Amino acid sequence: MGFENFGTVSFTTEAKAADFITYLEQGKVMATRCPKCGVSYFPPKADCPSCLSGEVEWFEIKGKGKLATYTIVNYGPSGFENDAPYILALGEFEGGIQIMARLSKDIASSDIEAGMSLVVVPLKRPEGRISYEFKKG
Amino acid sequence: MADVAIVGAGQTVFSRSCGVSIRELAFDAFQEALEGLDITTSDIDASIICSAPEYDKQRSPAGLISEYLELTPKPSFYVETVCSSSSTGLRVAWSLVKSGLHKVVAVIGFQKMSELSSRDAAERMGRGADIIWESPFGLTMPAGYAMYARAHMDKYGTTEEHLAKVRVKNSHYGATNPKANYRKELSLEDILKSDMITTPLKKFDCCANADGASCVIVARGDVAKGISEKPIWVMGLGAATDTMTMAGRKQLTGLQCAQEAARQAYKMAGVKPQDIDVAEVHDCFTVSEILAYEDLGFAKPGEGAGLIEDKETYADGKIPVNVDGGLLSKGHPIGATGGSQIRTIVRQLRGQATEAQVKGAEIGLVHNIGGIGQYGNVTILRR
Repeated sequence: MGFENFGTVSFTTEAKAADFITYLEQGKVMATRCPKCGVSYFPPKADCPSCLSGEVEWFEIKGKGKLATYTIVNYGPSGFENDAPYILALGEFEGGIQIMARLSKDIASSDIEAGMSLVVVPLKRPEGRISYEFKKG
Repeated sequence: MADVAIVGAGQTVFSRSCGVSIRELAFDAFQEALEGLDITTSDIDASIICSAPEYDKQRSPAGLISEYLELTPKPSFYVETVCSSSSTGLRVAWSLVKSGLHKVVAVIGFQKMSELSSRDAAERMGRGADIIWESPFGLTMPAGYAMYARAHMDKYGTTEEHLAKVRVKNSHYGATNPKANYRKELSLEDILKSDMITTPLKKFDCCANADGASCVIVARGDVAKGISEKPIWVMGLGAATDTMTMAGRKQLTGLQCAQEAARQAYKMAGVKPQDIDVAEVHDCFTVSEILAYEDLGFAKPGEGAGLIEDKETYADGKIPVNVDGGLLSKGHPIGATGGSQIRTIVRQLRGQATEAQVKGAEIGLVHNIGGIGQYGNVTILRR
């Protein structure tokens, strides 16, 4: 299984990093780390260009992050019309990992503030689609 | 003295819908670029065709445009860095001339966006992000810049009113630009009351899709002096690339690709931000212009809003910026935009600006950004 059911609209399927989806189905949002040089990657890379190793290991992104910035999108592009309004955000997590995802619909827009505590969790969507989102941490 | 010059620069009118084919659009820009030059098409040694793919159906447009303009059998090829394609084209042209491979090179940028609906165009732009990891969330160009705007506002106290004041200025100058798509002056109230697209950016904080073409003719110094009365010298070229993903960005209050490109261009030209007499910056959104003030060193980090508040970027201010109306007024036919910015600076330095002419302008700067800060080109020109 690859990225065919990822997000609202997926544009490609195959990737060496497709294990990400398997973990996501199991309830985990994962990043990769190079066991040789220690560099970690999000979005996950299946290869390590820092030391040119082709072997990386997966680790779960746990713990709380902080909201770095966000925007409430009122106008979705083709394929996303029915999602709008949705809130895109960047969250900063431990170890210099930054993630872009949507803020959960259960966060009221009046409650959003810079620096607020977040967690990143898998999101099962209708019709077998899957994604991840930020919830209040 | 620099030994590569721009001898001609032209553009079409930028419009919501041009009603002609891409080859004919390219011709109109090419014709204006060659106006008054002592050369013919057969003197052009190579052509670089610049646009973002998938807006029209034509694949490999270089061959098509080369044939229509009768530039065959000279080499022609395609260059792409989305919205900064034609300033990347200038960089490649400079290298071809500087290396001695060619004497005269044409850089032709074009985009015909009217063949797509506005939502479909937004979808194409969304796929200008990482299609595995970020496009599936519905990331768009305005949303990416809106996240920079929010971060800048939170950190430095920049306000929606500051953003709107950029549009007030640019609409003021755009009103007199015969090449601009949007020629109506907008009040602060018009802008602040316009529909919210993606917070905090409203309709009038955003540039519009457009059809258009641009053309820049680049020549070796000795040749330039023979064919043009007023060659404009390329003094500095800077270029940088940032991560495709928003997740990879190290800074959310400025574009690092622009900061790095500016550093390179100032160094190569041997000038400082305060030496620039007039600048064209990539105001795809109002916030982009405020980020540009800081990334180019016209203001310190966090102080960009003060420049527009004090009207220092008007034609009679400390550093005039986008006094042709910018992308916000002209419209943004992606591949043509860099060439249009270069054309404005060339005309300013020649004292031929039809809009606000900055008196005695000697040194000009062009800041052209591709995508949501993925690609940055900064070019410094001198008369």
